[in-house]
Formats: sequence, structure tokens, C-alpha cells
Amino acid sequence: MKDYNFAYLDEQTKRMIRRALLKALAVPGYQVPFASREMPMPYGWGTGGVQVTAACLTPGDRLKVIDQGADDTTNAVSIRRFFQRTANVEVTERTAEATVIQTRHRIPEVPLTEGQILVYQVPIPEPLRFLEPRETETRKMHELEEYGLMHVKLYEDIARHGEIATSYAYPVKVEGRYVMDPSPIPKFDNPRLGGNPAIQLFGAGREARIYALPPYSEVVSLDFEDHPFVASKADHCCDLCGSGRSYLDEVITDDQGSRMFVCSDTDYCASRQAEGHRGRLSPERVA
Amino acid sequence: MGAGELGIFGKMMPQPLLSVHGLTKRYGARIGCADVSFDLWPGEVLGIVGESGSGKSTLLSCLAGHQRPDLGRIAYDGADVLTLSEAERRRLLRSDWAYVHQNPRDGLRMGVSAGGNVGERLMAVGARNYGAIRDTATDWLGRVEIAAERIDDRPSAFSGGMQQRLQIARNLVTGPRLVFMDEPTGGLDVSVQARLLDLLRGLVRDLGLSVVIVTHDLAVVRLLADRLMVMKSGRVVETGLTDQVLDDPQHAYTQLLVSSVLQV
Repeated sequence: MKDYNFAYLDEQTKRMIRRALLKALAVPGYQVPFASREMPMPYGWGTGGVQVTAACLTPGDRLKVIDQGADDTTNAVSIRRFFQRTANVEVTERTAEATVIQTRHRIPEVPLTEGQILVYQVPIPEPLRFLEPRETETRKMHELEEYGLMHVKLYEDIARHGEIATSYAYPVKVEGRYVMDPSPIPKFDNPRLGGNPAIQLFGAGREARIYALPPYSEVVSLDFEDHPFVASKADHCCDLCGSGRSYLDEVITDDQGSRMFVCSDTDYCASRQAEGHRGRLSPERVA
Repeated sequence: MGAGELGIFGKMMPQPLLSVHGLTKRYGARIGCADVSFDLWPGEVLGIVGESGSGKSTLLSCLAGHQRPDLGRIAYDGADVLTLSEAERRRLLRSDWAYVHQNPRDGLRMGVSAGGNVGERLMAVGARNYGAIRDTATDWLGRVEIAAERIDDRPSAFSGGMQQRLQIARNLVTGPRLVFMDEPTGGLDVSVQARLLDLLRGLVRDLGLSVVIVTHDLAVVRLLADRLMVMKSGRVVETGLTDQVLDDPQHAYTQLLVSSVLQV
């Protein structure tokens, strides 16, 4: 497609975003403001992630896009096709083969490696937003490391539910300094934020913020001494590939209350099935 | 504790906890408060009285660091408060100092349970044990006469008097040494006021708090304050022991103020 610049955005815009990315990598967990552009998709569809991806892509890259772990949902397919058309880059569904992975709400199950870039779509970058509505005040709280309020939220969780009920967008502290919202990934994925060999970039388009985790960052999920952080998942195995270690989606299969649990990471599930792993509801077993 | 100085008998003389000199705050051409000086000693309760617009709230907000005075010095425990960095000042505000607002809605988080409200200051200074925080919160709710089973209720479900008591518990939980109170009994009916005053008096005596209390209600300072400062048009017109000022007012305005109190 010749009508657009490579990866849709013009070079000056990509340069501006790259400057924000470099600053974000230099100060892990700090929210860097950037001049977010209107993208040809609605806010909430990943306009922040798309801009970050556009700024990172080179013609030699191989792109993977996932939405809740899946490669085949509308959001993932649309964004993948968008970059196929505007950047003409190779695309893949295989985590291990991708150089840039844009994700919504998951970290792939297959461990990432050095040289890979994971781009998150972020709806609300400010972890303190629902506790303190004033932006001026939350910035001051970050500046002065006043994070007691974050624990008030966790306290309220335990007081009301008997445990920390926050199950996604679970707040983390980065390199002992900034408290960061890891975007709405399940807390099951939190342990893989830290010590990850890949570069992790977070883009919030509507809120015009970029933040980042450089490779091998120290990331600690906030908790109490007597109510430690637990990376929870549904207590089942995948019904298609039998994996007991992956994060599961619950799928309602009829109106009689039947349900099945399947890996939310479609690439992981498919490769396990290709290797011959089977679950409770695999076609050949049921038939 | 900062260094005291040696008195004539060779004993350590205590130094004032809060020392204010020539404090002035202007709003453009108008005067908020002008040339206010006083010392507050450890364990002492200082009442500031005056009519609306006399500058008492301006003075209190300057003292508590909510506003910056134009002129003057404020020393807390020997250290100049006005030259502290913002980080240090805010640390002081959530550990050594406390501020009780007139309207409990300004001082409480209305969307957070009573226990969370009391626990916030603990967590802000680094408490990370849920059980311990909850025990302390329960203890403090008891001290301000709120039933322990209301610990998970939100302040919006509390009466005005309970909200004010909760605000006091929330402020005192970290064991501050200096408490600023802005009309703590404003907006409460008289019987609730009386109980709150009783409670406050007990807490102040038990904990040995130093308090600066701003009010227009002379009955409140009669009960709580050791010393009194009367303000008019932004200036201090009379100071002295509470009973002395109230029973034998010298300045014309103080006489007017004292004689204006309705007798039932």
C-alpha cells in the first residue's frame, strides 16, 4: 500500500513516540506523556498499543497480535491486518517466531526471549485513578512515593471478601520505586512481568501515556504480610490440550449449565494439541 | 526532640513544640492574618477564637501547611517548617501532625470503610500487616465509641457525630504530637457536641497531645483549651489563660464576644 507512510504514522510522529519510549525505558514504571494521535479505530480498541507498535516496527519484523490471549478475535485480526496493509510486515501466530507482539490483557504462555518486544494496550494507565480522582494529586503521589492509598484498596478487598479479590490490573511496584498498573492482565500473569527478558512497552492512547519495563526489571506485586499475593487461575485443566499450567477461559457451551475450560492463549493450546496432548473434551475422546 | 537549653538550675528546659513569629498572610490588598506570634508547648491546648472572617481559619491553614504565609517563621520542634521540602512536609503531615476538618467529609474517604479510613495513615507510614492494621483500627474505633461491628461500614452510613469521631480516630491512630482542629464541633447538635468534647478532652489528656483548636464557640475552648488567643480583623487582640480571658476580658472586642454568649 503506497498511500500511507510505513506503519501508517508519519516519521515525525514515530520519532516523538520513540523519544517517549526511551524515556519510559530509562525510568521504569513512570508514565511518560506523549502526543497521542487519532488512529483509524475507536478509543478502547488499542489506539495506544497500535501507536507504540507502529513506532517499533521495522520492515524486517514479524508481528503477532493477541486479544485476551487469542489470535483470532476481531480486535486481534483487525490490528494484524492493519499492519499487514500499512507496513507490509510478516505476521505470525507463533509466539516464539514473533519479534513484536501486541497484546490486550495477556502475556503469552510461552516464555519470551531477548530481542522480543511485548506491546500492551492500556485503557487506564494510572493505578491510583479510582482511589484519587485528581490527576494533579496522583502525580504528586508518584513524585513523593506516597503509595499508602494503594494498600487501602487491598485492605478494602480483604475486609469485604476475606482475600485480595483484585484479579486483574493488579498493582505492582517497579524497581522499588513506581507503582504501576500492568494493564488489565490477569494477576496470574503478574509474576512474568518481572525478570522478563523481553522489552515490555505499555501504550495508553486516550490517556496519552506511555510506560515501560526494560528487560529483567524487578517487579513486585503489592500485598500484605499476612495476605500474600497469589497468582490465581481457574482450578481446572484445559479441556482441549490438558494443560494444568496455563491461564484458562471458561466457556458456556449450552443453556443447561455445561461449561468447558480452555487455554486463553490459542497459540499455546494449538501447539500442545499438535504435539499430541489431549484434554477432557478433545474431539477424538468425545467421539 | 530538639535540643533544649540549660535553665538556671542546670535542668533541661523544654522548648516549645510549635513556635510562630510574625506570621502574615494577605489575599491581595486584604489581610488574612497579620503579625501573629505565639509558642505552643508540649501537651498544651491553644484555642483561637474570633468571629467569622477574623482570620482564624487562614492562620490554621498556614500553620498546617495548606497555605504558604507571606511573612513570618514557623518552627516545629526547633526546625523551620517553611523551608522543608514538600516530601518532608507531607511526611510530617501524615505522621507527627494531624488535621481535623470541620466537615468530616473533607477529612474522610467516604467510599472507603471505617476500618480502611483509620488504617490509611498506618499504611501510609508503612504498615503492611493486615491483621495488625485491623486490630489497631478496631481498638481506635472503640476509643472513639464506635461499635467494632461497624468497622466494615462506610462513613456515609454513619451519623454526623460518628463521622466526626471517626475522623478523629483516623487522625490520632499514628500517635501524632500536634493536632490542628478546625471547628471540630461545628454542625453537631448540642448533646452530640457535649459527648464529642468529653471524648476529645479525654484523648488530649491521655495522649498528652498539643492542640491548636479554632472555633467561634466559647464553650468549646472553655472546656478544652489551656490558653486562648482572640483574633479580630486578622490580628491577635488578646491572649492569656482561658479562664482569665473569658472571666476578665480586657479588650473591648473580647468583652463583646464574651457578653454575646446566650445564657439559657
